[in-house]
Amino acid sequence: MKKITNATELRRIQDDLTKNFDPNQKMVTICAGTGCRGYGCIKVKDALEAEIAKQNLNVEVRATGCFGFCEKGPLVVVHPQKIFYQRVGEKDVADIVAKTVMQGEIIEKLLYRDPATGATVMQEEEVPFYKKQKRLVFGSNGIIDPTRIDSYLAIGGYSALAKALTEMNPESIINEIKKASLRGRGGGGFQAGTKWEGCRKAHGSPKYIIANGDEGDPGAYMDRSLMEGNPHSVVEGMIIGAYAIGASHGYIYVRNEYPLAVIHLTMAIESAREAGLLGKNILGSGFDFDISINKGGGAFVCGESSALFASIEGRAGEPRAKYVHAVEKGLWDKPTVLNNVETWANVPLIINKGADWYASIGTEKSKGTKIFSLVGKINNTGLVEVPMGMKLREIIYDIGGGIPNGRKFKAVQTGGPSGGCIPESLLDLPVDFDKLYEVGSMMGSGGMIVMDDRSCMVDVAKYFLAFLQEESCGKCVPCREGVRRMREILEDICAGKGSEGDIELLEKIATGVADGSLCALGGSAPNPVLSTLRYFRDEYDAHIKEHRCPAGVCKALITYSIDPEKCTGCTLCSKVCPVQAISGEKKKTHAIDNDKCTRCGACFEGCKFDAINVK
Amino acid sequence: MVNLTVDGKNISVPEGTMLLEAIRGAGIAIPTLCAHEAVSRSGACRLCVVEIKKGNRTRIVTSCLYGAEEGLIVDTKSERVLNVRRLVMELLLARCPESEVLQKLAKELCVEPQARFIPDTDKGKCILCRSCVRVCEEVVGVSAIGLFARGSHKNVGTPYNEKSDACIGCGACAYVCPTGHIEMISTGDKRKIWGRTFKMQTCAKCGKFFAPVDQLKFISKKTGVPLSELTVCTECR
Repeated sequence: MKKITNATELRRIQDDLTKNFDPNQKMVTICAGTGCRGYGCIKVKDALEAEIAKQNLNVEVRATGCFGFCEKGPLVVVHPQKIFYQRVGEKDVADIVAKTVMQGEIIEKLLYRDPATGATVMQEEEVPFYKKQKRLVFGSNGIIDPTRIDSYLAIGGYSALAKALTEMNPESIINEIKKASLRGRGGGGFQAGTKWEGCRKAHGSPKYIIANGDEGDPGAYMDRSLMEGNPHSVVEGMIIGAYAIGASHGYIYVRNEYPLAVIHLTMAIESAREAGLLGKNILGSGFDFDISINKGGGAFVCGESSALFASIEGRAGEPRAKYVHAVEKGLWDKPTVLNNVETWANVPLIINKGADWYASIGTEKSKGTKIFSLVGKINNTGLVEVPMGMKLREIIYDIGGGIPNGRKFKAVQTGGPSGGCIPESLLDLPVDFDKLYEVGSMMGSGGMIVMDDRSCMVDVAKYFLAFLQEESCGKCVPCREGVRRMREILEDICAGKGSEGDIELLEKIATGVADGSLCALGGSAPNPVLSTLRYFRDEYDAHIKEHRCPAGVCKALITYSIDPEKCTGCTLCSKVCPVQAISGEKKKTHAIDNDKCTRCGACFEGCKFDAINVK
Repeated sequence: MVNLTVDGKNISVPEGTMLLEAIRGAGIAIPTLCAHEAVSRSGACRLCVVEIKKGNRTRIVTSCLYGAEEGLIVDTKSERVLNVRRLVMELLLARCPESEVLQKLAKELCVEPQARFIPDTDKGKCILCRSCVRVCEEVVGVSAIGLFARGSHKNVGTPYNEKSDACIGCGACAYVCPTGHIEMISTGDKRKIWGRTFKMQTCAKCGKFFAPVDQLKFISKKTGVPLSELTVCTECR
């Protein structure tokens, strides 16, 4: 693209791109996010292109970022009617082109079917999963081609930057962000505007800004999908932020495990530079700014700000004491603003539509929307963007479609590994930064792991502590040694070797680790234990005092047996048993030899007649 | 000068003083393991924690890294502080059950080993305070040893635990180690440390073996003083 030298020229290019866009133009968009790639969407895309070429049609096949509804991928939308197809395979391509693209005919079997009513749904926005969402930040993912800057410009991209550079000054930008009350989406929930203001006022130069894309929470992939699907929104937010605080260089710290995000961000930066939106004298404003990408090696702790700085500086990713704030002494001891990827992507929105509009969404102290990754025991796995303050129940049931296989909801874990588990009694909790904190969990970066009644909460706490033990940097004693000792006790409890006093000891260690650790990783590491103890203490008691795992998970505490009333003698269980612990004749009741049984659960999962009992 | 209150006592210290020095200066004892005067501070051991109050907000900070501030109210013995300190001692005792230094300190702090923790057998006396790594980098300037791995696998050593060409055998690491974990054996004309054996220089005057030849070569290279002038021990100089 030719270099754009001023805001008027940018406007003209955007207008041309919009004008040239015929709303009746036929186009097929296909989700090429990581989830759909896993389902084989690239093959579907190639097949679509080949078929369209074969039919000699002038129809664009556009691979976009993640649509969010990962459960039903690969996802395809046929424009202009916006017909939404799910679970599309290569075999469906010829039909889609011949019928839908060419004739406008709908293929019923590819439509989403509402499990509640059985009715098919034609358009994306009518699918219950999307209906209650408010996709302000994430919505463009399904429309734009993340590899092309003109695709972003066509939807008005970089107009917030033009506005910031021509109609606003650094102070008024900061005031707008403060008025919008934008809080950091990475976990802390700190006011972004206050941070920016602190950095602007801080002495020292150069100043740096950083986008934290070191998303490491198990099951979380919202930042990944933003970087992959709409990289320019992050870049635009960063340029605006840099102008506001007076930074001349920025970094995007992204995990190397996100190769597609790295590729798309690199392309976005290069094309923005080529278009004169990065580099010297941006849009003729006299403002210089550029961005480099820093690839992280995959340590979870590098998402912590001071460890992230150390990593960029070329040292081991270890946090340091933050008694002097990063806005004064951050990267290379220079004033630095670090915000999460999603926070940056919110910035153009606020500048374009205004702080008043933004602040009208959400709750009193948490404004705007938040993207959550909804995973675990949930029907509609995917990424959802909702206004702050939406009830957990709405997210899990109305959007998420509830718990699979008719099982009972037990808990939802929010805030990543050091977040907390929220029980059913709190399902009507409006989700925002403060409410989650009040109930012993946190927003974190927006992971939501749903658990059903087959999840053992002691086992869950053990899982997260094992993760944190591995991911602790090992610098300070409480985190390195304390988390490990808590995990050992939890392991004993799960193995039936828990003893009286273990719960009290866990609480004592947890308090000391939370108080004594150097950084937030250690500070919040006890949360999985404390929150499960707060809401599911009886489960701990059952393990310790009765040597029983109520959820039927902890192998040392359970036995499987076959219900003679339900067993039909189909022999499936004896076939799936890896250790030949099940015997019985065809059409006669089978039995499990508990001495041989390894409690792997294969029979339980396999039985079609619900005849396997766990106790 | 800044004025602050420590355990109810008003004190004044020069600006830039760390709380640890301010508190000790007031005659109040604070235990430490990783704060060695020769090296920069890391805040790794967490023994020196205190509770500070600013306005309505209280929090736990490491006194070795927190600078004294006007009006700060410091509590060195609050329940929260003692809880952290006790926990750190219990955790370290379980990690390094053989360490006499830790046993003595635990006794002073009235901390018993936590029976529920199974003591480690593979950590020696190393508490990962990183003073050795810092002295090697900051004072000696060779960075022969470093920290590797993370979490509970974290360890100190030479790269890949191989004999290090960078090591000059000076023994500064062993000198600053608070628990005596680092083994340095000097016998006759040889010194063994970090798996390498160094040849010792004899003093041209008294004939005693006083420093590894590699260390003297390093000093010569760094200072420009000819090696021949470094063959006299400090006592005979």
